[in-house]
Amino acid sequence: MNIDFATAALYLGGFLFAVGVAGVLVRRNAILMFMSIELMLNGVNLTLIALSRTLGFEAQVLVFFVMAVAAAEASVGLAIIIAVFRHYEVVDVDRVTLLKW
Amino acid sequence: MVVASIVPLSLQAESAYVPVLPWLILALPLLGALINGGVAFLRPGNTRLPTVVGPAAIIGSFLVVGANFLAMRSVPPETGAVVTLWQWMSVGGLQIGVDLGFDQLSMLMMLVVTGVSSIIHVYSVGYMREDPGYARYFSYLNLFVFFMLVLVTGANFALMFVGWEGVGLCSYLLIGFWYQNSEYASAGKKAFIVNRIGDFGFLIAMFLVFVHFGSLDFAAVVEAAPATLVIGGGVVTAITLALFLGCAGKSAQIPLYVWLPDAMAGPTPVSALIHAATMVTAGVYLVARTSVLFAMSPVTQAVVAATGAATALLAASIATQQYDIKKVLAYSTVSQLGYMFLAVGIGAWTAGVFHLMTHAFFKALLFLGSGAVIHAMHHAFHHTHRDDDPNDMRNHGGLRRMMPITWITMWIGTVAIAGVFPFAGFFSKDEIIWASGAYGYGILWGVALVVALMTAAYMTRLMVLTFHGDNRTGADAAPHLHEVPAVMWVPLVGLGVLSVVGGWIQIPDALPVLPGVHVLHDWLEPVFHPASAVMETRGLHAAHESPVGGGEALWAGLSTVLAVIVILLTFRALVARRVEPADAPAPAGLAGILYNKWYVDELYDRTIIRPMLALWRGCWRIVDVGVIDGTLNGVAGGARLLGWFGSLFQTGRVATYLFFFVTGVLVILGTLLW
Repeated sequence: MNIDFATAALYLGGFLFAVGVAGVLVRRNAILMFMSIELMLNGVNLTLIALSRTLGFEAQVLVFFVMAVAAAEASVGLAIIIAVFRHYEVVDVDRVTLLKW
Repeated sequence: MVVASIVPLSLQAESAYVPVLPWLILALPLLGALINGGVAFLRPGNTRLPTVVGPAAIIGSFLVVGANFLAMRSVPPETGAVVTLWQWMSVGGLQIGVDLGFDQLSMLMMLVVTGVSSIIHVYSVGYMREDPGYARYFSYLNLFVFFMLVLVTGANFALMFVGWEGVGLCSYLLIGFWYQNSEYASAGKKAFIVNRIGDFGFLIAMFLVFVHFGSLDFAAVVEAAPATLVIGGGVVTAITLALFLGCAGKSAQIPLYVWLPDAMAGPTPVSALIHAATMVTAGVYLVARTSVLFAMSPVTQAVVAATGAATALLAASIATQQYDIKKVLAYSTVSQLGYMFLAVGIGAWTAGVFHLMTHAFFKALLFLGSGAVIHAMHHAFHHTHRDDDPNDMRNHGGLRRMMPITWITMWIGTVAIAGVFPFAGFFSKDEIIWASGAYGYGILWGVALVVALMTAAYMTRLMVLTFHGDNRTGADAAPHLHEVPAVMWVPLVGLGVLSVVGGWIQIPDALPVLPGVHVLHDWLEPVFHPASAVMETRGLHAAHESPVGGGEALWAGLSTVLAVIVILLTFRALVARRVEPADAPAPAGLAGILYNKWYVDELYDRTIIRPMLALWRGCWRIVDVGVIDGTLNGVAGGARLLGWFGSLFQTGRVATYLFFFVTGVLVILGTLLW
């Protein structure tokens, strides 16, 4: 099978995204779900890079922005998880039903 | 008081009469009401300011009216003036201004209203002196005079209606003046509600007038009526019947008279001013003001005359068996108002207005006299700490020795109302009775004659029970009975003089020896000329003989002789008779029926009030609670149910949310890519 780099990167990005979705849906541990979300994010990043190369525009700088924002977001998310853990002493999202009406 | 503009308009081109300070007539009582109202709010205990402002505002207004009267007399007749203070509303074809009409009729009414009011305001200073609501009382009373003047000067239906409603409001406020007593407060409500029924008629009439004339100005309607409407037609009959419903409410005629006797709950000067002399005559004034319309409808005229005569008879019969001195006078007022409607119903407009005027004098006198009696009785009972009823004539008796001035002046009022020559009531009442016979209303003529004799009888009974015989006040309280102070008896004497001479401005030609005087007739002729012209085109003429023969002089003499005989007989029959104590049971037989006022209040209660209450209770239970509340509660319940269903998805579990989220994304993507 003869495929070029862009197609391979697209496949890999889709795979990473699917793994992330599956992880978010299946896992109950908040940290693992969080990691899965990061995985999805990076899958999307990879797709962006691949498409930019195919369509002929420069998206690398955009990806750096996404990664920087994702890092900031990750710190906020982890802080929330720590706060939740201090309060409930679990990080199981099934037992933290703060959003229930 | 700022007046935007004063634009004198003349009804006739050659008019020379220009009103003198017309706005001041209304402004003074209103100003007095505001000042006294301010005192009532800020310094309720202050009696000095209301004592000065209250009477002074009305006397000042009376002086301005007097100046206008002289100004009007100095110019040739058939002149009037309409003063437009400002444009009130202007909607399409409807132009209503704040127009004050000054013609002979409104001038006479203003003189009577402000004159009698002045006297009663002075009297009130003595009567209400110790009342905690002194300033409030004068505020209401001044406000009443203001609205009454709006009523009589209003040159269009709308402005008159403002006054009409305003006097109703003041009447309500003053009937329930002692509102701490719930019975008095409900008497005020009763008056207000019964008057509403009448006001409904007034409004309907006003709408009909506007539809057919395109204007609400009296002058325009009077001028256009003969050409616009058909004599005896349905429209004019509907308008006048609706107007008469309003009059029946305001002027206490069958079937709406029931509020007036209860209105005696107010202070006695109020009964004298509002519920005898002025406000209740507004209906008579309205008929006189729209006399052309009434003259064009024979049906309404018959209804008005018959209602008037029937009311006169019914009320007089009730008055013969009442023991509350004010109730007797109240039914007497209803009865006399019946006379006035009899007069304006048969087309004797001048006679109706004449009786309105003389009645204002002698009925105000009688009410103020009864107020003096009640004042004295109240003080005697107060000193001896008894809670007997000072109004009940069974507690009076022999008061002539303690209160000679009240006694004499009330006798003057009694013979005046009984129609004894040469007192004021003789001339006005005789003119009505004679006119009803002369225009061919034989039955009404007979009724009017009988009621005149009944009037003599019940008034003599009142005098005997109150002033003659032995004193029944009780040995402890009797020494405390005294004549009222000068501020109260001087008004009595003033009204007493008017009750004697008030009738001398209109003396029929037919009476021998006396000069024929037609001052009032000549004065009012320009106002009633259009109506008289309509009556003539209908071919109506006054006969010169009564329905059973005999001329005017014979019947006038006969009626006065009969009245004197009735007075003497009643006096002799009652003066020696033992009077039942105040707590005696109600009499039996016909006397009991009359004592209980023909059970009319009970009849209304059973046939109207209770079915209405049942209907409204049904409306409340079914329509209000069932339909309206049910709909609202149903909508609210539906929303709540929907919310509960939606909340089922809000589990609070992140996994659920994510599941829906991802499913949603897949559905959307699937739809887009399909």
